[in-house]
Amino acid sequence: MTTSAIEQDGRRATARRTFLGGAGLVLASAGTLAALPALGAEAQDVAIMQGALALEHEGIAAYRLAGGSGLLSPATLKIALVFKGHHEQHRDSLAKLIGQAGGAPVQPKSDADYAKELNLGTLKSETDVVTLAAKLEQGATNAYAGQVAAISDHKLVHLFTQLCSDEAVHWTTLNNALNKPIPTQAYLFG
Amino acid sequence: MSVLPRLSFPCGVAFVVAANIFAATTAWALPAGDATNGKNLYEAKCGGCHSVDENRVGPLHRGVVGRVIASASGYQYSAAIKKLGGTWTPERLDKWLQGPQAVAPGAKMFFTVDDPAQRRDIIAYLVSLTPAGASH
Repeated sequence: MTTSAIEQDGRRATARRTFLGGAGLVLASAGTLAALPALGAEAQDVAIMQGALALEHEGIAAYRLAGGSGLLSPATLKIALVFKGHHEQHRDSLAKLIGQAGGAPVQPKSDADYAKELNLGTLKSETDVVTLAAKLEQGATNAYAGQVAAISDHKLVHLFTQLCSDEAVHWTTLNNALNKPIPTQAYLFG
Repeated sequence: MSVLPRLSFPCGVAFVVAANIFAATTAWALPAGDATNGKNLYEAKCGGCHSVDENRVGPLHRGVVGRVIASASGYQYSAAIKKLGGTWTPERLDKWLQGPQAVAPGAKMFFTVDDPAQRRDIIAYLVSLTPAGASH
């Protein structure tokens, strides 16, 4: 499946009106209806999650493919696999929530697609791999921080702050490994 | 601005590319941004989903200024953005970056760049990304 499915899934989710189990946004009575977000907010939240899931799929593929490249030292590989595990947990959370909302979680692309899109063939050293990973983590952190304001459900906002924080830790670790200075200006992301 | 392609293109192609870029750049009423800073901002803020030369979560950006909206080859656009019509100009990109959902409700993108100076710099960088095959 490609990201073109994002909107379709969102529309499907709107029709079903069951969202984020445990979040309290369920159809039960007129009383709970008043607490629902405006029509379309639910579908928008699902669409945002689908984009996030596509990002997580890409991150998992990047760490998996780079990890198997033979370019990483054992110590770096160990860290890369930890980060890959984080992304897999993010993937599972997002896919579960999308499914609970009635959507079909966006599926990963092929390894060949990811290798082309991320230009993995140009990676020649551990530094190249870590530099790419740092860029992807920085982009993901910004992507999450920059979308939070568009999310309606508060529990989903919480999840996105968790995702964002994890990616920030990844970026910081990788940035330090590259001996790059910590930016002096605050508000590094968003 | 030195983004017009040389006449090494087939004549018709060169004319179309030049006309699009000319229209995009001459219609730019925004103050010029810093493309160098824009590159850094682009990589940090847009790089999670976009690349210059490859479609990823979002479409590739080389040649986006002056390009017909929703026309990056191989990228599957939302119905919302397909309906927009016209070409990407700096002004339209500025509005887009302020709120994609306000421009095209139902589009895939929700990320916003709220700082006008940052938007100007990012757009200046996008202007500098000449279409593949074009040269300064």
